Amino acid sequence: MRPAFSVLFLTTLIGVGQGLFIALFFCELLAPATLSRDFFVGGTVLALIFSGLGGISSVFHLGHPERAWRAMTMWRTSWLAREGIALPAFMGAVFAYGLAHWTGFGHTLAIGVVGVVLALTLFICTGMIYGAIKVLKEWAHPLTLVNYTVLGCASGTTLAAAYASFTAPDLAMPLAQAAFALTALGVLTRGSSLWRNATLRPVSTLQTAIGIRHPRIVQKSQGAMGGSFNTREFFHGKSPAFVRGVLITMLLGAFVMPMVLVLSLPLLAFVFQYIGLLAERWYFFAEGQHPQNLYYQTVS
Amino acid sequence: MTQLALVIDLNVCVGCHACVTNCKQWNTSGAAGSLVDCNPYEAEPNGTFFNRVQTFEVGSFPNTDTVHFPKSCLHCEDPACVPVCPTGASYKRKEDGIVLVDYDKCIGCKYCSWACPYGVREFDEQRKVMTKCTLCVDRIYDEKLPEAERKPSCVLACPPGARLFGDVHDPESEVSTAIRERGGYTLMPEAGTNPSNHYLPRRKTTVTVRAEELYRADNPHKIDGAPFDRDLPPTTEELN
Repeated sequence: MRPAFSVLFLTTLIGVGQGLFIALFFCELLAPATLSRDFFVGGTVLALIFSGLGGISSVFHLGHPERAWRAMTMWRTSWLAREGIALPAFMGAVFAYGLAHWTGFGHTLAIGVVGVVLALTLFICTGMIYGAIKVLKEWAHPLTLVNYTVLGCASGTTLAAAYASFTAPDLAMPLAQAAFALTALGVLTRGSSLWRNATLRPVSTLQTAIGIRHPRIVQKSQGAMGGSFNTREFFHGKSPAFVRGVLITMLLGAFVMPMVLVLSLPLLAFVFQYIGLLAERWYFFAEGQHPQNLYYQTVS
Repeated sequence: MTQLALVIDLNVCVGCHACVTNCKQWNTSGAAGSLVDCNPYEAEPNGTFFNRVQTFEVGSFPNTDTVHFPKSCLHCEDPACVPVCPTGASYKRKEDGIVLVDYDKCIGCKYCSWACPYGVREFDEQRKVMTKCTLCVDRIYDEKLPEAERKPSCVLACPPGARLFGDVHDPESEVSTAIRERGGYTLMPEAGTNPSNHYLPRRKTTVTVRAEELYRADNPHKIDGAPFDRDLPPTTEELN
């Protein structure tokens, strides 16, 4: 699949926002006495900025952004519609959480629980957008869902550690340790999906695609000389060396560097992890081998 | 329940692309707006087409067979593209099973094209909406047209008649008979989409001619070519 940059930014940015909010909630739950009102207000503003930027970047993916409101209507069947509802709902809960802290309204833990549930719901919706596409075998697996959740929580907690290192130094170390553990978990889950995709055998072949059982079939013409939507949308068009470079960027940026740096320089660790996660999403798209490509192999 | 569909005979298709051009002509002239052509007279011409003819070579030289393979939306009974649409712009009509896109509702997110295993949906770069074969829904019900012309453009254009159109749920229809009697099959059955369009496989076409069949069938005494003979039995007129 061709990586769509608006979607890469959407999923990484809202993942950070969700992870950061979940980290804030656990800070309040586990260490309420040590924290000031400003810590939570600033943290929720940060979470809102990240999820808001994600929402804005998603609009660039659409051919008709002015009709984006329609994308909420088919929530009964479409995970994309469900995400379109879950994202504003999550941001609403984050806003209410910050407002409750700011005004001293109270009930912040209760609002926080709603926010955490909505954050997890949003992770499920985002993961299922890809996991629900049955023909893309690389994506149609529970690991897709797990990776979106774990990597979102890891990057959000790394940002929380960086934020705490400036605003609540007592919490910086426990948050950094949690970020380290979540990133380590991400190594396991993303490593599993990398291994799975590398060893996956395609279900569809040229034989099933055109219904001719002969073992030797070669395409001679795809019906167009200058390419088409089908040749643009479903293949990244980059060399194997480039793809390997993205994989190395992903492994170093999203996993190795954050685990090395998070305990000492959490802000730098977050910068590395965010860039690494952009590479991770790019690679996730590049891994998807769409069966329609069987019909588009030769121009002549 | 009616399910309109195309049945394409790969044994007959000669790969002339007449269906492609007639499809483009009809659908670019409709009320929904023109199908974009990018760089039509430059290098890398490309544009939106609802129907493409591809060519495959089957076998190893010298025992090869060239197969021309027209491909358009298969109007699946369980379309993967429809439930994923966040706006409801992609839908399958209950009355005739045609899968359509409402261009006024489509937000151009391309998610439906990811879900379709066949690559038959094409995003229109000018109108910024997803487009696809409509089975010429704007002509097959048009009562202003003579009844023989109420068929998809590709079917009308096909010179050797490789494309059949009809209701695959009616067991007596031309398309159902063709699927039943000529080994009709669907593409990528493993995708679970249950396509309505079927393909008829290549067949060995042989005709056995026996010597006696070279005589005229309406020649009762099998004496074609013999000289006139007065002793032949009389004709009916002579008897009267």
